[in-house]
Amino acid sequence: MLEVRFHGRGGQGAVTASKILAHAAFLEGKEVISFPFFGTERRGAPVTAFTRIDDDPILLKTQVYEPDVVVVLDQYVMKTVDVTSGMKPESTIIINSRQNPADLDVPYKTATVDATSIAMELGLGNRANPIINTAIMGALVKATRVVDLESMKEAVYEISPAKKDINVRAVMAAYGSTVSGGF
Amino acid sequence: MVLIPLADKSSRMNLTGTWRTQRPIIEYEKCIRCSICWKFCPDNAIVLESGQSVAAPNSRLLPLDIPRIDYDYCKGCGICAYECPEKCIEMELEEKD
Amino acid sequence: MMKVNYTAAMMTGNEAVAQGVKLARVKFISAYPITPQTTIVEKLADMVSNSEIDARYIEVESEHSAMAAVFASELAGIRSYTATSSHGLLYMHEMLHWVSGMRLPLVMSVVNRAIGPPWNIWSDQSDSMSQRDTGWLQVYCESNQEALDTILMGYRIAEDEKVMLPLMSMEDAFILSHTSEKVELPGQDDVDSFLPELKLGFKVDASNPLGYGSYSTPDGPFMELKRDMMESMWNSKPIIRKVTSEFAETFGRDYGGLTEDFMTEDADYIIVASGTVASTTRYVASKLRKEGKKVGVVRVRYFRPFPEEEIRKAVSGASKIGIIDRSVSFGGAGALSLEIRSALFRANGPDAVSFIAGIGGRDVREIDIKNMFRMLEEGNSGNIFINSGGVS
Repeated sequence: MLEVRFHGRGGQGAVTASKILAHAAFLEGKEVISFPFFGTERRGAPVTAFTRIDDDPILLKTQVYEPDVVVVLDQYVMKTVDVTSGMKPESTIIINSRQNPADLDVPYKTATVDATSIAMELGLGNRANPIINTAIMGALVKATRVVDLESMKEAVYEISPAKKDINVRAVMAAYGSTVSGGF
Repeated sequence: MVLIPLADKSSRMNLTGTWRTQRPIIEYEKCIRCSICWKFCPDNAIVLESGQSVAAPNSRLLPLDIPRIDYDYCKGCGICAYECPEKCIEMELEEKD
Repeated sequence: MMKVNYTAAMMTGNEAVAQGVKLARVKFISAYPITPQTTIVEKLADMVSNSEIDARYIEVESEHSAMAAVFASELAGIRSYTATSSHGLLYMHEMLHWVSGMRLPLVMSVVNRAIGPPWNIWSDQSDSMSQRDTGWLQVYCESNQEALDTILMGYRIAEDEKVMLPLMSMEDAFILSHTSEKVELPGQDDVDSFLPELKLGFKVDASNPLGYGSYSTPDGPFMELKRDMMESMWNSKPIIRKVTSEFAETFGRDYGGLTEDFMTEDADYIIVASGTVASTTRYVASKLRKEGKKVGVVRVRYFRPFPEEEIRKAVSGASKIGIIDRSVSFGGAGALSLEIRSALFRANGPDAVSFIAGIGGRDVREIDIKNMFRMLEEGNSGNIFINSGGVS
């Protein structure tokens, strides 16, 4: 079973990101479950969401405590939230950042992508609230191969409520510009 | 001793300013001290302060109370900027650093 | 097995429930929104306004009124539905008795949420457990698929002429209601042949006016009516088994009946649980089995009627059992524990420990369930709060 945890801020689409990943795995015939950490939802507050992927039906209905993959939609969440909590030595973290993994100094396998610039260049969201949850999925696929790029593109296309093609382009752009490194 | 669900400080301890993605900035040079922003703020995050020496459009306004935004609690909703008759409140992207 | 048409999709528990209501061809809906039930009735309101379902939806000013509205529509012989949570369910309490007392086969969803104070929107079964004496059948679901399927089975069971009692189907707040899982949507034709139209023999008829639920002295028939409700509850057990197995034959998903047993046959230590906690307990028990521990799980689906014989039989060989309640009866124990202990006492059954866990949405983790199995092995007894303020 693969366990993924997403960190972002309210309004950035961390919950939708967890659904998109689940949907991509679902399209590959996997058993999946995706859910938010059920806090009081509000724009700007730190948000956590989870996805589990397995070949067998998923009975475990708890939060994810030992993630295989962590996805950080907003680098600044790392100032207040311990995003690496419970990560195992072999776990991977994907961070939306302009910086390179080496500069971030996270003691795990790290991949970075500038999803914010990709979203803004493609006109996803606005300057105050760029919609980066589709771009970051490209980096997730590039860094972990948890699903195929084609399934991810299809999932993003199906789940995006608008600008479907542009969101798929964001996945491709992020896939092409992800920097892996770190530990 | 029993446990009773009482909270006397919770709304003060909860610094809702961290939720903000946009920050209102008052340009006191243009502010006519009408206090409309203070009246409309849904979170009581604007306070009126007296005896402050900040710029004003003219000297008659100088002795009046000024609105001051309490960034510990302002959620950045922008209602003050929308309601301001002089359009002297700018919403700027929050610097998260 | 019949070949069944279905489509699979990712959906939340609340969406799955709304799809179940649509497939059951419900004709009347009335509800008052409350977190975390809201997305069920939002979805249904959407379906009504898009003419996806041929139903009337009326907005009301409270849960009490919502239940009064569906009471009236059921009495008019129209298959009806409502949903609520937490304080909303408590506010309905009086009307719950009216619906069961009038023998109306209504189906309602309850998204289990804690009762304040302090305010808490998270998972906790105190709301529905405190309605156990209202004459409603109670089902606790562990997956989104079961939440959908229970709506379909629920109307079949409730509307059976030997039952004629309302049924409430429970989903754990957020852990099912707002969690996306793969759900198979059965085809409408298959559902239509499984669940025929409601034919209420005593429905309100303007050409034949009658007094409905009017008045009874101590001489009768009040007590006779209540005794009949009790008998119908017991009579519902074989109906539940029959409908569950017919559902399995038709749709290929077998929920076992009133309870489901996992690895209980040779188990020394068994945990009895309901809802999503039962699902996690199964996961943990399978892991412990691989370590050579002889553990098993009984999942209680129906709490009303109470599956006394089933539980007694499933745990008869165990040396000790634990019962997990996500609710408390203050001054007693968990409601499930109290009933199971009394059932086992009558049968000289194994010692039973009451575990109170997950109150107010506290996550019931793998480690918590492992601890419970360990406590059984170590011979702990009594009422134990799990993962709470330093007390074990």
